[in-house]
Amino acid sequence: MTITDTTPRLQAPPGPLRRLLGKQPFGLGLALPYIIFLATVMAYPLIYAVYISFFDYVFTAPGMHIDHPFVGLENYRTALTDPRVLESFRNIAVFLVINVPLTVILSMVFASALNAVTRWAAAFRIAFYVPYVTASVSLIGVWMLLFSQSGLVNTILGPLAPDPSWLVNDALAMPSIALYVTWKQLGFYILLYLAALQNVPKELYESASTDGAGIVHRFRHITVPSLRATTMLVLILSIITGANLFTEPYLLTSGGGPDGASTSPVLMIYQKGIQQGNPDVASAIGVLLVILVGALSLASTRLTKES
Amino acid sequence: MTTRTRTRIALYVLLALAALVFIFPFYFMIVGALQENPTTTPAGMFPTGGWTLENFANINERLPLLRALLNSVVFTAGVLLGTLTFGLAAGYALSRLHWRGRGVLFVVMLGVQMVPFQLLMIPLYVQVAGSYGLGDTYAGMILPFFINTTAVFIFRQFFLALPEEMFEAARIDGAGELRVLWSIAIPLVRPAIATVVLITFIGPWNEFLWPFLITKDASMQPLAVALANYISNIAQTVANPNGAILAGACALALPVVLLFCLFQKYFTASDIGAGVKG
Repeated sequence: MTITDTTPRLQAPPGPLRRLLGKQPFGLGLALPYIIFLATVMAYPLIYAVYISFFDYVFTAPGMHIDHPFVGLENYRTALTDPRVLESFRNIAVFLVINVPLTVILSMVFASALNAVTRWAAAFRIAFYVPYVTASVSLIGVWMLLFSQSGLVNTILGPLAPDPSWLVNDALAMPSIALYVTWKQLGFYILLYLAALQNVPKELYESASTDGAGIVHRFRHITVPSLRATTMLVLILSIITGANLFTEPYLLTSGGGPDGASTSPVLMIYQKGIQQGNPDVASAIGVLLVILVGALSLASTRLTKES
Repeated sequence: MTTRTRTRIALYVLLALAALVFIFPFYFMIVGALQENPTTTPAGMFPTGGWTLENFANINERLPLLRALLNSVVFTAGVLLGTLTFGLAAGYALSRLHWRGRGVLFVVMLGVQMVPFQLLMIPLYVQVAGSYGLGDTYAGMILPFFINTTAVFIFRQFFLALPEEMFEAARIDGAGELRVLWSIAIPLVRPAIATVVLITFIGPWNEFLWPFLITKDASMQPLAVALANYISNIAQTVANPNGAILAGACALALPVVLLFCLFQKYFTASDIGAGVKG
């Protein structure tokens, strides 16, 4: 296609084609690769995942055909009666209870502080963002050493060091992961809050200041209410990120250890679906996880709207 | 001292302490990677001697470091290519052109942001490794990330902010749609391209789960996967395992950290915030 081909066409000619494709069908052409991408990589696998979860499904070699009988809710029953699966969902609950409030509070406080200072602001921002842009695999290597039995943290704590150590202690493994993820992701949420803070009119703070309102008062009565929409977004995104936990329990606590105390549903999906060859049960866990995330997101939307 | 100055000092102290907590693991990583025998005592954090590059050589002996680096580069470049061509085109079509299905596509994009990749993992694995036979290939690695949806949002947001008169004038002057896109729209969104490169880069470069699933052949594994294997299996067998782990962590982290520090002004709140919120 040459450029002159499209020159005379400011708009598609009137007629059935225009009615079918809209005013500028060129737009459909430009978006087509992306539409095909979404259809093959998102829509189709999504439908396929839900489909597999209702059938007795096994992986087959290419060219082989095996019947996949419909089994109704059998895969869901298998998943929900497996104590390891239930434990992984309980672990995620522990994770979210620690990670989500910490994330919301810390990112809001740091973003407001960053917004209030002018000098060194860029340096502070870089410090907060760097863990977010760095690969989890390399940061996990560092945290493993910091929190190991004879690591720096325990050396500093001395007699106060937990025994067994953080990552091999079944009561502390999941909270340690939750703290790690809070630290790793916080920069991204600070970024979101900073964007929102730019839309809060400066006059609000100035007039409150002249009225003698202290910094805590201004934070509670101006900053927190103005950021409600962003808080909702931060809640939802941190719930989604938390529910999708995989790399951290896989590497930091060597596969959800000790003894399953830090497994996550996605780790279960991996173990059941790919290691043990039960994609049907794995898909059922995935569907349950998405329903749970959807319900939690909806609840947090309600919560931020009401309060 | 007035209340105002005191508040200001308190803010700086808070930020400085927090920044130290955020940066410290990186300091620990770099210092430890260059030490013959990284210690875990607080005093050992400020070594005066014992510097070495041995740790990097050790990893290179046990895993094909350059090959893994090359795999990461190809994986990341493929995703950047897809996002900067098709993602940009889609962002333009979604913001500046009127065609049937535009509204539907936008709603689907918002929905896609909510679907966790992990749910799609099993069917994608069956599809890509099974049906398409793309296991252990770059194409299979790149495919699920080929066009970054957040980048499409950011492009759309930038194109929306351009004044409509500019486009009308060009069209009245007889410029075709392709020409309007190429000569007017793209040059004006250059800052968006820098932002998109930065946020798209960190995705595939840091991604672990998908390349981990799709590559069984060690020579096809990107750095993150090779390094994870190294950390969990091999590091314990070398003379200085801690130093080796930290050196590997450095090799994976440094390219992104450098890129980020160089281009951090494009990693601004307004650009990305707008992209995420649609």
